[in-house]
Amino acid sequence: MNSKLDRRQFLKLAGIGGVVFASGMGGFAEAAKTGTVGKDFFFVQLSDTHWGFKDEKVNPDWQGTLKKAVAAVNDLESPPAFIVFTGDLSHTTDDPKERRNRLSGFRDIAAGLKAGNIRYMPGEHDASLDNGEAFKEFFGPTRYTFDHEGVHFIALDNVSDPTSSIGDAQLAWLADDLRKLDPETMITVLTHRPLFDLYPQWDWATRDGAKAIELLTPFRNVTVFYGHIHQEHHRMTGNIPHHAARGLMYPLPEPGSVPKKAPIPWDPAHPYKGLGFREPKAIAGKSIYSLQEYPIR
Amino acid sequence: MRSINRLRAVSVLALLILAAGALVPVAWSDEPETIVRVTARKFEYSPNEIRLKRGVPAIIELTSLDRLHGFDCPGLGLRTDIPPGKTTRLRVVPDKSGTFPFHCDVFCGEGHEDMTGTIIVTD
Ligand SMILES: [Cu+2]
Repeated sequence: MNSKLDRRQFLKLAGIGGVVFASGMGGFAEAAKTGTVGKDFFFVQLSDTHWGFKDEKVNPDWQGTLKKAVAAVNDLESPPAFIVFTGDLSHTTDDPKERRNRLSGFRDIAAGLKAGNIRYMPGEHDASLDNGEAFKEFFGPTRYTFDHEGVHFIALDNVSDPTSSIGDAQLAWLADDLRKLDPETMITVLTHRPLFDLYPQWDWATRDGAKAIELLTPFRNVTVFYGHIHQEHHRMTGNIPHHAARGLMYPLPEPGSVPKKAPIPWDPAHPYKGLGFREPKAIAGKSIYSLQEYPIR
Repeated sequence: MRSINRLRAVSVLALLILAAGALVPVAWSDEPETIVRVTARKFEYSPNEIRLKRGVPAIIELTSLDRLHGFDCPGLGLRTDIPPGKTTRLRVVPDKSGTFPFHCDVFCGEGHEDMTGTIIVTD
């Protein structure tokens, strides 16, 4: 069996959509059973581009930073397997028309990325004021799954509900998806807000995130990548590592380090400081990622 | 037989007392409760500074003038939704002194992130 096929393609070819894999079928099935990656690959995580944000003191290059990131990703030695944007593609506006302007402006720049596949996710700035309606018009569903080289990816939406809840319907959808998987399967969750209580004082939490973590806990090889906090951050909950990425418009202070959460002003001596993107690498036969962080220069 | 009836009568009486108690907790408490009225609207609380005394029961009475907001004070373990057209009450007996920030945790618009305040508890 060709290990390059993703699960959906495989199911389609084999004509057994929805049927659990028999053992010894190679590719995704083999890798999923052992909890390891089928073949080396890496993807790129970009986050919190806040297209439409404008404050010269915070980022005088508010129109250029995302373009710089796109150029930097296109300059990588080899192209990523795919790219994910973990939310806050655009900056909040109360005006539905302007929201669409911003999302389309963002989309046009992101279209310059050289990658086979780009996966988009909403942040609360994109989706919380209209329950993800505008986001869906541009980028499709706010939650979905896909498979790559034995890794099962799950994009979870914890922002379309303005109370920052995943919601019972989506939790049932998650439980249903997980039910089909072997406990050894390497699972990678992509989301915008942290699923755990990182710093609820600054809204750095998901109201029912603990329920998602509980559903994921029986699986031994789970990794979560998220955005929202505009800085690199790593935390374990049980055996699940959670990795926050830097943003591409403005950095935010460390949780609780200052009385009030506010963007860190631009430092002319160190332009683009705190902004960057990430490259998680999956190595064949292993079940963890090695992370490489790239600054914007 | 008689004792069963008596038992039944006693249970009914007990339930009535419990129900009455649930309806009038303020009257039954020996300490007078402070009532703090807070109005929420895009994108502020008024007042945004609440002063309480440690160990003294208080009721924070919240109303929203426009849309659904939230009130979340993790430091004191307080949180509620504030739907418009309704008064929402939070009862608190602060067990520690200090300054405890609160914020709106329902994403409510362009100024949402500035919708914050503090509860100051003194000894
Ligand atoms: Cu609010």
